[in-house]
Amino acid sequence: MTVVRDNAPILQLRGLRKAFGAKHVLHGVDLSVKPGESLVVIGGSGTGKSVTIKCALGLMSPDKGEVLFDGRAATDAKSIETMRRRTGMLFQGGALFDSLTVWENVAFALIYRDGLNRAKARQRAIETLAKVRLGPSVANLRTAELSGGMQKRVGLARAIIGAPDLIFFDEPTTGLDPITADAVNNLIVEQVKALGAAAITITHDMASVRKIADEVAMLHEGRIIWRGPAKNIDASGSPHVDQFVHGRADGPIQPAL
Amino acid sequence: MTSPLPMAVGAGTPVDHTPALLRPFRLIGRTVLAALREIGAISLFSAQVLIACVTPVVYLREVLRQCIKIGFFSLPVVGLTAVFIGAALALNIYTGGSRFNAEQFVPNIVVLGITRELGPVLAGLMLAGRVSAGIAAEIGAMRVTEQIDALLTLSAKPSRYLYAPRVLAAILTLPVLVLVADIIGVMGGYLVGVGALDFSGPAYLRTTWQFVSSGDIVSGLIKAAVFGGIIALMGCYQGDRSKGGAGGVGRAATLAVVGAAVLILASNYILTSIFVRVGL
Repeated sequence: MTVVRDNAPILQLRGLRKAFGAKHVLHGVDLSVKPGESLVVIGGSGTGKSVTIKCALGLMSPDKGEVLFDGRAATDAKSIETMRRRTGMLFQGGALFDSLTVWENVAFALIYRDGLNRAKARQRAIETLAKVRLGPSVANLRTAELSGGMQKRVGLARAIIGAPDLIFFDEPTTGLDPITADAVNNLIVEQVKALGAAAITITHDMASVRKIADEVAMLHEGRIIWRGPAKNIDASGSPHVDQFVHGRADGPIQPAL
Repeated sequence: MTSPLPMAVGAGTPVDHTPALLRPFRLIGRTVLAALREIGAISLFSAQVLIACVTPVVYLREVLRQCIKIGFFSLPVVGLTAVFIGAALALNIYTGGSRFNAEQFVPNIVVLGITRELGPVLAGLMLAGRVSAGIAAEIGAMRVTEQIDALLTLSAKPSRYLYAPRVLAAILTLPVLVLVADIIGVMGGYLVGVGALDFSGPAYLRTTWQFVSSGDIVSGLIKAAVFGGIIALMGCYQGDRSKGGAGGVGRAATLAVVGAAVLILASNYILTSIFVRVGL
């Protein structure tokens, strides 16, 4: 049963810090997203975007700071498990299980987590595949037989099948041609709105930002240095954001060479 | 004013203040600590997976799939190994035995050597190469392509969904493989004995049957089950901790094979000592 309080953030990250040996990646990240809101986190390579998402999902433990999901700290195994049951994740490379068929990937949580029988799970998977414009003929294929765009759509279907309250998208359009990327962006917007879910997307792709985001936050050197409505992205007043939005090598951000 | 803290060089590299004379001791200390850390990590990982093996829910479909992959597809390699080892063993025993007129003991020693020692150890070592490396590479690839992270986000524990089925399948199928290897190995000895060493076929088989005891076979099968667990656990452990792309996956496969082989040989000695002590 989903218990989401109106206007209260579904997810809050407070002062997240993370270091790998001597390399400090996150220096105190504060972020929050409300139900139904689509937040896009932008930032250069190596600024800690993926680490932020992994800390939020409990895939990495932050050195300091806390993750609050629906107002409760997600710190121990039980609370992280509760959070994961209400979240979905689309990984950058799809992260589809190559030993399983497409429908088994999509229905994985239904079968192994919820104990649904395989026939019903398959039916639900085919219905969800239809939502991402994939026909039933795809259901029995192996994931290696799919194109990059199809893999992203299968990943999206797997992320939304459990009707989550919050969905993470890690570079959803990386490696796709502009037309397929736009189709994936459209599907993300459509499905997130249909679910009424919150979404956190990390991306470099400004076309994705303009299509997906209600709010944009910029991560630089392990901190959020700017946050505002997506419509203000071109008049942010931040030289870092301006440099990133216009893709210039010259400016306060040093290219990651 | 000078800083009381050691100065840093380059990207956070601390200056080494250890006197040159003490550096070898520091190296030894670090090596010992790293070894202890590794042993601790393997022990914790193994305990976690073995607990997952005996607590519900066990994914039977996955266990069955792994039984076919680990057990059935290993039959040719185990069978071929056993037939040649049985044949070579018969020749060696005949050559050695002829020095003190003990050629007639070829069937006895072949069956004893195969069932108690060579069957389980050689099957274990062959599977360390085939299965342990395969598991490490598969799980390592899953690790570097974020499939294991994906499992976690879908509320599936890797220890339960990925590792326990592989360990269970290896523990269950290796004794069966070794039983097959025992039979094929004895037949290898029989073929050489009858074909090249002038043994009578029925006499060879009768001597083998009369000499072998259930303890010989059971002790080999117990070893096989233990080796199966070691093979799968080492593959899972090295795959789970692999990182750094294709190179990391390759390194994981190598470490899994080496680790499994060493542990098989060490545990073989320990198990043999126990069996001798309890009279098995």
